[in-house]
Amino acid sequence: MQTLLDRIAIVLAALLVWQGVHWLSPFALASPGATAVKIVALLQSPAFWPHAAETGRAFVYALAIAVSAGLAAGLVIGSSRTASEVMDPVLASIYGVPKVTLYPLILLVFGLGLPAKVAFGALHSFFPIALFTINGVRKLPPVYRRAASVMRLSRAQTLATIVLPAALPEIVSGLRIGVSLTLLGVLIGEMFASQRGLGFLIMTAVGVHDTQTMMAVTAMLAAVAVAMNIILLRLDSSLHRRG
Amino acid sequence: MPMRASLLRHAIVLGALAAVELGCRAGLISAQLLPAPSAIAMALYGLLASGALAADIATTSRNIALASVIAVTGGIALGVAIHAVPRLRRALDPFLASYYAVPFFVFYPVFIVLFGMGDAPIVAMGALFGIVAMIIAALNGLDRVPHALLKTARLYRMGPLATALRITLPSAAPHLMTGVKLAITYCFIAVIAAEFILSSSGLGYSIAYAFNNFETLRMYAIVLLILAVSITLNGVLRAIEQAALRRRGL
Repeated sequence: MQTLLDRIAIVLAALLVWQGVHWLSPFALASPGATAVKIVALLQSPAFWPHAAETGRAFVYALAIAVSAGLAAGLVIGSSRTASEVMDPVLASIYGVPKVTLYPLILLVFGLGLPAKVAFGALHSFFPIALFTINGVRKLPPVYRRAASVMRLSRAQTLATIVLPAALPEIVSGLRIGVSLTLLGVLIGEMFASQRGLGFLIMTAVGVHDTQTMMAVTAMLAAVAVAMNIILLRLDSSLHRRG
Repeated sequence: MPMRASLLRHAIVLGALAAVELGCRAGLISAQLLPAPSAIAMALYGLLASGALAADIATTSRNIALASVIAVTGGIALGVAIHAVPRLRRALDPFLASYYAVPFFVFYPVFIVLFGMGDAPIVAMGALFGIVAMIIAALNGLDRVPHALLKTARLYRMGPLATALRITLPSAAPHLMTGVKLAITYCFIAVIAAEFILSSSGLGYSIAYAFNNFETLRMYAIVLLILAVSITLNGVLRAIEQAALRRRGL
């Protein structure tokens, strides 16, 4: 209870700082109140929803691609010790690179539009999902594998009934990071060389110095991102506790 | 075994490079899409030798260095402060855990409005992107200082400074190193991305500029430079971290 009150106090303090900055330079930043009003206005405006839908679509496609490809690569590489030793450092190196430098290449391959955003979003999250899956499969106790061979399970059966459930906590950890990075990738994609989507909306608002729209869209994105993260964080810690 | 794995790894990376090179030379990959890797490397050599990139390299390095210093020192200081007040830490936990879920770069325009154009918003982006990784790592490290050691320090009547220097810091060092590694990597990523999206100088900006002006070869040369520096930097940081962990037997 005390902790909850403390957390509410932290949120209030952050809002107060925001309001304080607004008082110091009213033209630089819309106030929390004005931003809240703008959020309501945007949610009721028909011009807003196509942008939200565009970003949502790109996010869902990118996540679907990154999860299926990352999971498949992680399971294949993780099942072999040699493959993990060879590929893990390569994947980790690419994971640590500033992905934004590769965006021009993606734009040249896919052209402007949805496919480029999807590819860029997927590029952000494929590597953490693959790396966490490899780690999850590698951590499998050898007893499990021996049990599978004693019971003469086929490859597919071993995967479905043993490997996947055992690696699930790690996979969900990777998924949590992947979800955040997919959204990040899609939005960066929209902030550069794009004609639609919430990232584009922010950049146009910047162009015409409409700080209310800029803050409103930013605040909504942050809220959605935190909500998704809280759900996955709960799932993640309950799975890790069970294991 | 690790020897063989490393050989195989280099063979795979070199093989992939050779395949791309062949594809470009054979005309399967258009030069407008991706010039041959050898041509990109030559172009980069030319750019570096002529000094055409010197100003941008200096700007970007300064931004990354400044952001990293702020993130590391600020992160350790805040980590120590938060660790000292358990109630504050309990309250902050969910915020720290959700921090990296927020698509941070959407805040960049807000920073530009607050700090003006120029390097200040870029350094601020980098520092704020890196600092929380450092805070989390510092908290992690402080949690793992053995209680027995702290009790010993009390028995010897060590002051807070002596305890910090001789007990806490050495015990937490490997975790702090993990934080330093992450903080520098994140600062690097954030500075390049901020320069790329909306800036008028630095390496990130020159990629965007070359892209918009169809200078494909120049663009890829700068991309290659950033990738090479980033991979080398991450490799060095990881080696230092692993050495610190091994010394601790972790």
